[in-house]
Amino acid sequence: MALSGMRGLSVFISDIRNCQNKEQERLRVDKELGNVRTRFKNEKGLTPYEKKKYVWKMLYIYMLGYDVDFGHMETVSLISAPKYPEKQARSYSTCMLNENHDFLRLAINTVRNDIIGRNETFQCLALTMVGNIGGREFAESLAPDVQKLLISSSCRPLVRKKAALCLLRLYRKNADVVNVDGWADRMTQLLDERDLGVLTSSMSLLVALVSNNHEAYWSCLPKCVKILERLARNQDVPQEYTYYGIPSPWLQVKTMRALQYFPVIEDPNTRRSLFEVLQRVLVGTDVVKNVNKNNASHAVLFEALSLVMHLDAEKEMMSQCVALLGKFIAVREPNIRYLGLENMTRMLMVTDVQEIIKKHQAQIITSLKDPDISIRRRALDLLYGMCDVSNAKDIVEELLQYLSTSDFAMREELSLKAAILAEKFAPDLSWYVDVILQLIDKAGDFVSDDIWFRVVQFVTNNEDLQPYAALKAREYLDKPAIHETMVKVSAYLLGEYSHLLARRPGCSPKEIFIIIHEKLPTVSTPTIPILLSTYAKILMHTQPPDPELQNQILAIFQKYESCIDAEIQQRAVEYFTLSRKGPALADILAEMPKFPERQSALIKKAEDIETDTAEQSAIKLRAQQQISNALVVTDYRPPNGTPPPVSSLNLVKVSSTSSNSDYNSVDQGADHTNGTVSKSDSQTASADLLGDLLGPLAIEGPPGAATSEQSVLSGGDVPSAADAAAIVPVQDQPNSVQPIGNIAERFHALCLKDSGVLYEDPYIQIGIKADWRAHQGRLVLFLGNKNTSPLVSVQALILPPLNLKMELSLVPDTIPPRAQVQCPLEIINLRPSRDVAVLDFSYKFGTNVVNNKLRLPAVINKFLQPIQLSAEEFFPQWRSLSGPPLKLQEVVRGVRPLPLMELANLFNSCRVMVCPGLDPNPNNLVASTTFYSESTRAMLCLVRIETDPADRTQLRMTVASGDPTLTFELKEFIKEQLVYIPEASHGPTQVPAPAVPQAPVIPPDDPAAILAGLL
Amino acid sequence: MGIRFILMVNKQGQTRLAQYYEYLTLEERRALEGEIVRKCLARTEQQCSFVEHRNYKIVYRRYASLFFLVGVDNDENELAILEFIHLLVETMDRHFGNVCELDIMFHLDKAHFMLEEMVMNGCIVETSKSNILMPIQLMDKTS
Repeated sequence: MALSGMRGLSVFISDIRNCQNKEQERLRVDKELGNVRTRFKNEKGLTPYEKKKYVWKMLYIYMLGYDVDFGHMETVSLISAPKYPEKQARSYSTCMLNENHDFLRLAINTVRNDIIGRNETFQCLALTMVGNIGGREFAESLAPDVQKLLISSSCRPLVRKKAALCLLRLYRKNADVVNVDGWADRMTQLLDERDLGVLTSSMSLLVALVSNNHEAYWSCLPKCVKILERLARNQDVPQEYTYYGIPSPWLQVKTMRALQYFPVIEDPNTRRSLFEVLQRVLVGTDVVKNVNKNNASHAVLFEALSLVMHLDAEKEMMSQCVALLGKFIAVREPNIRYLGLENMTRMLMVTDVQEIIKKHQAQIITSLKDPDISIRRRALDLLYGMCDVSNAKDIVEELLQYLSTSDFAMREELSLKAAILAEKFAPDLSWYVDVILQLIDKAGDFVSDDIWFRVVQFVTNNEDLQPYAALKAREYLDKPAIHETMVKVSAYLLGEYSHLLARRPGCSPKEIFIIIHEKLPTVSTPTIPILLSTYAKILMHTQPPDPELQNQILAIFQKYESCIDAEIQQRAVEYFTLSRKGPALADILAEMPKFPERQSALIKKAEDIETDTAEQSAIKLRAQQQISNALVVTDYRPPNGTPPPVSSLNLVKVSSTSSNSDYNSVDQGADHTNGTVSKSDSQTASADLLGDLLGPLAIEGPPGAATSEQSVLSGGDVPSAADAAAIVPVQDQPNSVQPIGNIAERFHALCLKDSGVLYEDPYIQIGIKADWRAHQGRLVLFLGNKNTSPLVSVQALILPPLNLKMELSLVPDTIPPRAQVQCPLEIINLRPSRDVAVLDFSYKFGTNVVNNKLRLPAVINKFLQPIQLSAEEFFPQWRSLSGPPLKLQEVVRGVRPLPLMELANLFNSCRVMVCPGLDPNPNNLVASTTFYSESTRAMLCLVRIETDPADRTQLRMTVASGDPTLTFELKEFIKEQLVYIPEASHGPTQVPAPAVPQAPVIPPDDPAAILAGLL
Repeated sequence: MGIRFILMVNKQGQTRLAQYYEYLTLEERRALEGEIVRKCLARTEQQCSFVEHRNYKIVYRRYASLFFLVGVDNDENELAILEFIHLLVETMDRHFGNVCELDIMFHLDKAHFMLEEMVMNGCIVETSKSNILMPIQLMDKTS
């Protein structure tokens, strides 16, 4: 039982194994660590054998979950050892070290000598190490050698397969290393390789290359098909690579994956050959008894399905796929069922198979009740994806029913999805109210505030709905035990609308008051203010006044006047005073005005849940866009399938050219979600104002002309600080089509991530996927036509600022129905600046000409590369950059208050990496990053933030770099990020606010003085 | 990326081998291993071999007292990974002869070495058992 002859190590492992409990284990580990540490410290002349033994011990200890914070140097010295067994320690070192360890650089030379040397064993070891932990420096100095090995004809496959993956690692660290002319040809030649090991690893390399730039590698496409043919026909496949009779399933899968990155296959011969292979897989895969064989063949089958979907194959093949998936979701074998559901969801995203999939609805609902949570999740996702107006009622009711029995891990997601579907596809709005109230009733703990805020918004904006909602709320209050959220929503609705029910039995103001007041002792502090507002409203609506009720309510206000909670106290005091004002009360406590229309916060939330991985397959990217294909309130599709133009102000008389106009007005009548400004004093006045303002425009344009103005007027939503810096307004001419979602917010989100939706309206969706390397970037615009007729006169113009060089590839004039075109945009950063590029985009749909100027998220932080510095590296740099203009300091006020952790996350998401532990003061953050541009080259930037724990809205920021412009621009950029305030959610809790004079703002003490005292 | 990590964990939840292909701090590893081990070990034979966790998936397989857990990106081919686990086990079997938990514990270096021949930086390098085992045989000869 000796560990390759290392007795001491075996003894140690046995000891650990014999430990009775964690405490004993810890003692034994501590003892061993102490032992190793002294050995490393005292005896300089450790033999390589001993070092190796100790490195293994440390690795074992590390695996057990103990911190090993020394011995890294010894590991590196083993890397340089001359003999084979010691050199192996390299592989072990890959478990413990990462590319950020500085001393790895010390090994670059030794490693390089091994790579260019003649000993292939050493070559392999070196390639493996670099392939696992090689960083940027490795990429810069080793890439050409690795490339040479990969294509060398004198090298044996065992070296070349490692060279392929080593190169993949280096490419990820620095894309420039393989962006050399002629590499695509070499790659193509490489795919002629006979050795399946080399092919397997080369295929991974190819996937990474084509996912980034498929055009350069199109010549690899026929070769991939050839490889598939070879495997499918089992030609020239050595026994060793056949797995349960299947020629390397992994290579088959990987090759099919690579093919999914090419958008189309133009060559008819290649296409035909590929379809032959796929057809064979689809038809020829049978269920067999042997589990491993069955899994392996189905792995290939599922990949073939994805590829067929990607290729938008002929109808016949598609329906073959759906039939297969339909079979899979009904089988007993859980793995196949899971994958059937998963792939059906994917299929939904890419093609028009909704109708066929609907046939399987019953089967899918069965899976929603499966004992396995993995399967239930897939079923839920699929139901969510396949839901539309025709089946929404069934699906949502199924979800509601399931909610009461589902496990806790899923309830939140389930209730969120049910709420979204109910909102998106409600056949009538009373049904929507029913669903949400049931949701709160059944799973109150899992219904977030957003959900009930949303239902309140709907009811407020739809007069027809108000009596119904009030009645429903009244009914729920009769239940013996109701969830607190239900108390909140019922109290709110009854406060606003219970007077509409006054004639019904049990609905007199007094009765309503009593039943709500019964709940008061059971609720928590945040709910009490809502109840107080309700009482005030009931009081106001009681005509003629009922003295008894009035006394009761006033007594309650008085009781809470001395409440310790400031919010409750303030409301109690104010309502008490107000209620003695007599008729004036009615003015002040009048019904809430309508809410401005906005994208559902729920959908945004659902999007947040979907997190993405760095490398996205084409399918996934499209799928994501589909998910974010969020609809606003008025945009639910009528059963006949024609999308209504998104609403305009119904107060404005508009001429409509569209044949949908009838529907449009009906739609508006049904839900007045249109944007009247909630903040203005008098609703009618403001509407008139808007009407006047918009009149002339409306004559020229079809419905929707108002939108741009509307967004300006309700400008409270629009983030200001960051926008002020941008050079363009969101829209500068009236568009007849209203964007879905907030353009500014989408832009801000994209500043912090690399893929997502830039713009969306009922006709088009513009998605973005970007990839940034040093001072260069590549941004792909995905222009997706959402409709069944083409978009014409498509034009896209880039207006680059002076600091960016940009080149947009050709944008087609027409986007075919339901198609998506990709337009890559190459970007080079010339110098530091916060100026933003603008995409001037226009298209024509029917008679609508839509033009938008959209800011592109090619902002300064995209050219940053986070770097983690140690104290030894940081402080000398920090000190050497002394004072302005290289080092600038500023006290920033009005900062969005964030806990320190979130502040650190914000920095990290801006690619400015927080280096924990450098600043002794726990309230401070120190961060570093490297900026790349043509003028500055790579330039280190250092940032220090000193926060004031007593006041999170201010902080002192110091930014330093070797370039004065960069320092200034970076400082301003960070400032923008810190003060940027995302759209606040307008919960009805703030509702009575207009009645209340704003509490005077207490002038804060001079923040600079506070900070100075602190620091 | 593909494979993010490979874990071998026994029935009691003790990690017997851990190989990560993305850097995680010790705390993150500890938390991750705790969470996924709890999730996977509680599952029954009748449930599927895939568990969704955060923004990736665990593909796992049980052999007697030992669980093999592989963390992969969401769009990875699950069945291919499931069989890759089996290939790993078969390879170990060929070397150790009916591999068991103790073999892996006491030959941690060899287990790591095999894995290293099969996966590099999260991608599959080699699937031929004799090719995978060749360097280990060489190592046995020289030592």
